[in-house]
Amino acid sequence: MAMTMTQKILAAAAGLEEVKAGQLIEANLDLVLGNDITSPVAIHEMEKFKKEGVFDKDKIALVLDHFVPNKDIKSAEHCKCVREFACQNSISNFFDVGEMGIEHALLPEKGLVVAGDVVIGADSHTCTYGALGAFSTGVGSTDMAAGMATGKAWFKVPSAIKFILTGKPSKWVSGKDVILHIIGMIGVDGALYKSMEFTGPGVANLSMDDRFTIANMAIEAGGKNGIFPVDDKTIAYIKGHSTKEFKVYEADEDAEYDEVYTIDLSQLKPTVSFPHLPENTKTIDECGGVAIDQVVIGSCTNGRIEDLRVAASILERFPVKKGIRCIVIPATQKIYLRAIEEGLVQTFIKAGAVVSTPTCGPCLGGYMGILAEGERCVSTTNRNFVGRMGHITSEVYLASPAVAAASAVTGKISGPEELGL
Amino acid sequence: MQAKGIVFKYGDNVDTDVIIPARYLNSSDPAELAKHCMEDIDKDFINKVQKGDIIVADKNFGCGSSREHAPLAIKAAGVSCVIAETFARIFYRNAINIGLPIIECPEASKGIESGDEVEIDFDSGVIYNRTKGTQFQGQAFPSFMQKIIAAEGLINYINQQN
Repeated sequence: MAMTMTQKILAAAAGLEEVKAGQLIEANLDLVLGNDITSPVAIHEMEKFKKEGVFDKDKIALVLDHFVPNKDIKSAEHCKCVREFACQNSISNFFDVGEMGIEHALLPEKGLVVAGDVVIGADSHTCTYGALGAFSTGVGSTDMAAGMATGKAWFKVPSAIKFILTGKPSKWVSGKDVILHIIGMIGVDGALYKSMEFTGPGVANLSMDDRFTIANMAIEAGGKNGIFPVDDKTIAYIKGHSTKEFKVYEADEDAEYDEVYTIDLSQLKPTVSFPHLPENTKTIDECGGVAIDQVVIGSCTNGRIEDLRVAASILERFPVKKGIRCIVIPATQKIYLRAIEEGLVQTFIKAGAVVSTPTCGPCLGGYMGILAEGERCVSTTNRNFVGRMGHITSEVYLASPAVAAASAVTGKISGPEELGL
Repeated sequence: MQAKGIVFKYGDNVDTDVIIPARYLNSSDPAELAKHCMEDIDKDFINKVQKGDIIVADKNFGCGSSREHAPLAIKAAGVSCVIAETFARIFYRNAINIGLPIIECPEASKGIESGDEVEIDFDSGVIYNRTKGTQFQGQAFPSFMQKIIAAEGLINYINQQN
């Protein structure tokens, strides 16, 4: 029977010849991930287990990234709990302050995920690794605990939606605009329980950073995972970051899809999601110059080096408008260092932006950029729900790093073209 | 297994950020989380909710973050069941794993309003709206799910099995 790319990976992980949509399987896990918010709950659950210890100390990644450096005493207690657990269980991939980065930027960079892997993470944006041709999906803390103890998880095999990408995106159109366009088209539950498989000749025109951004936001369409085919760019990335063996799976040509969409990337425009759902998209020419108070450039969606380069290419020519707070957050220590070496950090600071150590902080209204009553923020993050970044009357507009940087310059939602770029 | 209570009704896409805002995620204590349950969508919820009450919503309930704190907060607030047209997949898994009963039933979600008194029989999947005198057929709860709920979560259930 013909299978999708996701189904082939799951079949192999379950030790089965084939699987079909709707089938319940138990799969072996290549990696189990948790952060400082979700791991303490999982660790507490682990303590209830009669079985002691973890299934494989090398196949668990614990990343302190949400509320670190500790934002308050309670957060400090959470981090301490994870730190002690990692130490007791000799977890080899524990990343504390100084080594940490935002988990979904960090794990690929550290070479911990490669093509063909099956990964669960107690963080909804675990779907990011689909960019590498892996099956990865977000779960809760109990599933994380069971995964850490047994190295297995049960899944309902998903059906899939196929997105055939063609053409080449224009200068200011990035992976973020592609995924916001798709979410606007199919809605926040358009891919509920399903795989989103991206394919077609247009994939070759997307960088790895673009692909990470697209797969990252599959969850914002309700998807179980988002996945890209493995091509030369993927293999070069994996070989450049990892010594792990990888396996390339391809969807069968006659695999069944619930829906098929064709998207010409050359026709897309910079896209913005208006409050309070990622599906409320408008193209930049429809945004009507909404006045803003803050800009955030960072997160697991858009805190990678290409994102910072694009933002810096705008902010090196125009300063941040007085009265606008522009917060730039490199996603990992390595990206941060590279941004320093390339002079990007200097550009941001000279333009009037602030540059923070890696953290998820503002994206989920934790710290490092909370919004007051009625304030508006253009953000390269992934969610714009009510109260997501602060007060319940505050508003988050999701956009690409290019739009975010241009908006920081004008003080209203703007594309780079408005600056004559 | 049965549940009975007064309904709190919400719309589409109730996300985990409004169920339990991230500003409270520096705690993982269910009782502490429950104090802020639904705070950003319904300030009065926590003052009004009684043990056994039921949440009914439209589509994609629990979308967004994977935080298990969301079903934990709902359960600790005393809610006995959540009925929705559809659930976001991570919330669905989390709810079962921590032992919070949930039922997908589009007809019930349309035919039940805030303040209605509703009774649910998990063995048969029947949802009875006592206020309106109407009845809906939801999916019966498979016995293993009832056992997970009775055991107060997946881990206890696994321990019992071994």
